[in-house]
Amino acid sequence: MSALTTKDQPLLDVQDLSVEFSTHDGVVRAVNGVSFALRQGETLAVVGESGSGKSVTALSIMGLLDRSGRIAGGDIVFDGTSLPALPERDYRGLRGAGLAMIFQDPLSSLNPAFRVGDQIAEALLQHTCDKKGEARRQAAHLLEMVGIPQAADRAREYPHQFSGGMRQRAMIAMAIANRPKLLIADEPTTALDVTIQAQVLEVLRSAQQETNAAMLLITHDLGIVAGTADRVAVMYGGRVVEEGTLDDIFYRPRHPYTIGLLGSLPRLGDDPGAPLRTIPGTPPNLLRLPDGCTLAPRCPYAIERCRGERPPLEPAEGDAGHRSACFRAGELERLVAEAARP
Amino acid sequence: MTDRHVDPAKRVRESGTGAASPAGTSALLDTAVATAEESFADIDEPGVRPAGSNWRLVGRRFLRHKVASASLIVLLLLGTAAAFASVVSPYEFNPTLTPEVLADARQPPSWEHPFGTDKLGRDQLTRVLYSLRKSLLIGLGVALLSVVLGVIVGALAGFYGGWTDGALMRFTDLFLVVPELAVLLIVAKNPDPSFFGIFHFPPATEVSGMILILAALGWMAIARIVRGEFLSLREKEYVEAARAAGASGPRIILRHLLPNTVGPIVVFATLEVGLAILAEATLSFLGAGIQLPEVSLGNLISDAESTVGTDLAYLIIFPGLTLFLIVLCVNFVGDGLRDALDPKTTR
Amino acid sequence: MTKYVLRRIAASIPVLLLASVLVFLLVREFGADPARVRCQNSRDIECRRRAREELGLNDSLPVQYVSFMGDFLQGDWGESQRTGRSVGESIRGDLWETSQLAFWGVLFSGGVALAVGVYSASRPYSRGDYMFTGLAFAGIAMPTFWFGLLTIQYLTFELQNLFGSTEPIFYSIPNPVATGPVEYFRELALPVLVLSVQLVAGWSRYQRSSMLEELNRDYIRTARAKGLPRRTVIWKHGLRNSLSALVTVVALDVGALFGGLIITERVFSRPGMGTLLLSAVNNGDTQIVLPWMLVVGAIIIVFNLLADVAYGLLDPRVRMT
Repeated sequence: MSALTTKDQPLLDVQDLSVEFSTHDGVVRAVNGVSFALRQGETLAVVGESGSGKSVTALSIMGLLDRSGRIAGGDIVFDGTSLPALPERDYRGLRGAGLAMIFQDPLSSLNPAFRVGDQIAEALLQHTCDKKGEARRQAAHLLEMVGIPQAADRAREYPHQFSGGMRQRAMIAMAIANRPKLLIADEPTTALDVTIQAQVLEVLRSAQQETNAAMLLITHDLGIVAGTADRVAVMYGGRVVEEGTLDDIFYRPRHPYTIGLLGSLPRLGDDPGAPLRTIPGTPPNLLRLPDGCTLAPRCPYAIERCRGERPPLEPAEGDAGHRSACFRAGELERLVAEAARP
Repeated sequence: MTDRHVDPAKRVRESGTGAASPAGTSALLDTAVATAEESFADIDEPGVRPAGSNWRLVGRRFLRHKVASASLIVLLLLGTAAAFASVVSPYEFNPTLTPEVLADARQPPSWEHPFGTDKLGRDQLTRVLYSLRKSLLIGLGVALLSVVLGVIVGALAGFYGGWTDGALMRFTDLFLVVPELAVLLIVAKNPDPSFFGIFHFPPATEVSGMILILAALGWMAIARIVRGEFLSLREKEYVEAARAAGASGPRIILRHLLPNTVGPIVVFATLEVGLAILAEATLSFLGAGIQLPEVSLGNLISDAESTVGTDLAYLIIFPGLTLFLIVLCVNFVGDGLRDALDPKTTR
Repeated sequence: MTKYVLRRIAASIPVLLLASVLVFLLVREFGADPARVRCQNSRDIECRRRAREELGLNDSLPVQYVSFMGDFLQGDWGESQRTGRSVGESIRGDLWETSQLAFWGVLFSGGVALAVGVYSASRPYSRGDYMFTGLAFAGIAMPTFWFGLLTIQYLTFELQNLFGSTEPIFYSIPNPVATGPVEYFRELALPVLVLSVQLVAGWSRYQRSSMLEELNRDYIRTARAKGLPRRTVIWKHGLRNSLSALVTVVALDVGALFGGLIITERVFSRPGMGTLLLSAVNNGDTQIVLPWMLVVGAIIIVFNLLADVAYGLLDPRVRMT
């Protein structure tokens, strides 16, 4: 159960979600008991390395899991409705309307054979509009909203005629076309040039504010998180290992993995010749997850208990809004300071 | 815009002319070539390909395919029966027509004559078995020769690249443009074929001649595959290393590149067997291949063509069924081999 | 687009040229010796020598080629050695016949192959998919001539017996007497069926694999994320991008069909390019062979070109160049 104590009900409440994939080599548990919640208008950033389960979580919310995947446990409650229990036809009604998603690579995510404007209009026609001409006009307007110049002309063009940044803007336009309540952005800027990234993020943020949508931002880039998120959930090995406000995570990290992530960020003052700080070891094999904490094999602060027992996601220091899945959460500040001393 | 965007069209064209020509190139080959070119092309480590003990792994993977394994067994059984036809069958395929023999004419299938007898009392099963011998011999011969020719062309084109590649591929393209059955017909009907009057070779009425002309039109797919493989493989580090160590071109080809292309070659050779068997049968049916009294599955059927709609129709059914079965099994085996040799197949 | 088409046309010209040389060499060198045929295969050296003189076979090959091509391109294709009839006339008539068979065959096969391919790709590894895969394998391994005879056996004769009618329902040979659309299709039914076996087998597999590839692409996921119904996702988004591959294969195969209907025409005794070549080759009518090969070769190259053009039309990235 999510431990947020707020007066309004969360828009999205992911409760102990587990997702499995059947593969040639066995069953892979990509998501292993993940819980978090999101309120209207809020931006939650889900951070983690590849393989941590963040994309799978997003796809599960949208109901877009591959044929070989299935929700093995837990629940996803969106606006009061349990999504996994929803019949496909109703789910389809939500997709593209109440729930919308933006994917990582805008070039491959747009159909190369259809005009950009038509693809946006298609989203409108499916849910909120029933006249082609009207939908086309709205599509052009949306393109204008996301900052594409000469929108009406460009709507008649094909994806390959757009630049990378423009394509992602078009994807955003398509996603917000039906004023979704929840917008999921899966690595929206990873495939883009660094210079374009900031622009696209800005478009994303203003689009979200326009519609007062909740946003679930999935990324591995802490820099993006710092600029856009209200709350952050850190994932590792298919679990949420720490969750809190932006300040909580950046200034008062209470999990060794979060600390490692923050520590590994190259800083302006660093010595250019010094080796990058990494977290030693490799991510866990999702086919054979260890019994205890998934980070234990790599964690410098691991104790015996960590290897045998799985630490639950619990409030650190009595602050319900800031939770960590570490038995030693309370001692970490002291431990890190000790380790830093020569 | 370069021709990059025409790739699928080129790819299709490169791999064969599709299913239209009844004598030969099938779209199975096309799809196989297309997928093989993609999946085989990006295996990085040389050790992934079968070499030495890896064959056992391939064998095990193959046996996991029930249909392919069953087909292999059927082929072996039929092949053995055909090879030992004189032992299996008490009859001759072309007996002297004694009154005894003639008395047995027009017998529908029975225990004494499982495939029945024809108008002259000849046992059909025997005739089918002897034809099968020819078919299998021709099939294997064509596959072998096609591989040799295809590998030579493909290896040279793929390894040396540049101008050699361009010229050789133009040459290959030309062969792909000609209508296969038509050309086969024209050449097969020539009773005394020769290379510009100098080098004479056997006509298509003989097994060796048939093998020659079928292989002459069957090497292109393999050439393309080998070329593709070589083009990608020669950029690999171990080739650089070999070159640095002073190895010469042919040596590199033989010892390093070729062993790693064995997989796709084997698959295509197998498919080629089936195509060749069909082609020979078709030519013989049309009267341009093996001639009576020598038997071929094709001429058995054409000889019995007039029995359509009569009680003797079994004279058409059994030879054809055998032909169909053989080619089907060969194709299944080829498919099984492809799955067994491609480490990236997911089922 | 025009630039693209022009470039493809320009690229085809050298191919046409080279192909004509290859064909000429092939037929002259590996085909039957016209002099020998003229002398009815007799060993009369005198006759042979004279024949070689008359037919210009003593000139060098390049000279022969040029002289032949000169005549050919001006429309003089000679007369049949056997019937004396103009080769051009024969080819024209038979080309029309074959075209009809090819047209209906491709229409039918294309439709069936598309449906089967799309179905198989949308439900991969299902029971239906396995069944179609099995059928495709059977189709590819099927000896056309045998299947043709079987259809005659069962769909002409047996069916007629079954219904006790005086006439067959599907004709095994063209009916010279009756005319009209119904008769037309009764004649075509079996040949088209036989033709479609090979075509559908190959094309449906091709469509299946190309469509499977497309259905795994990201834009399909986007389409689903928009809430589009499954049918729209498959038939509008998925099919559209896999069509270019199928159309290419179809165009190539159609080209090859003009030289490849030999068996079907033979089994069903239909007039056409196939029958023409077969009788020319069987009767040693060498005059027909070269023009025949050149015409068919040209058709194949033209259809190769059409394949490229069709691909260009379907892919907007190419269309805009």
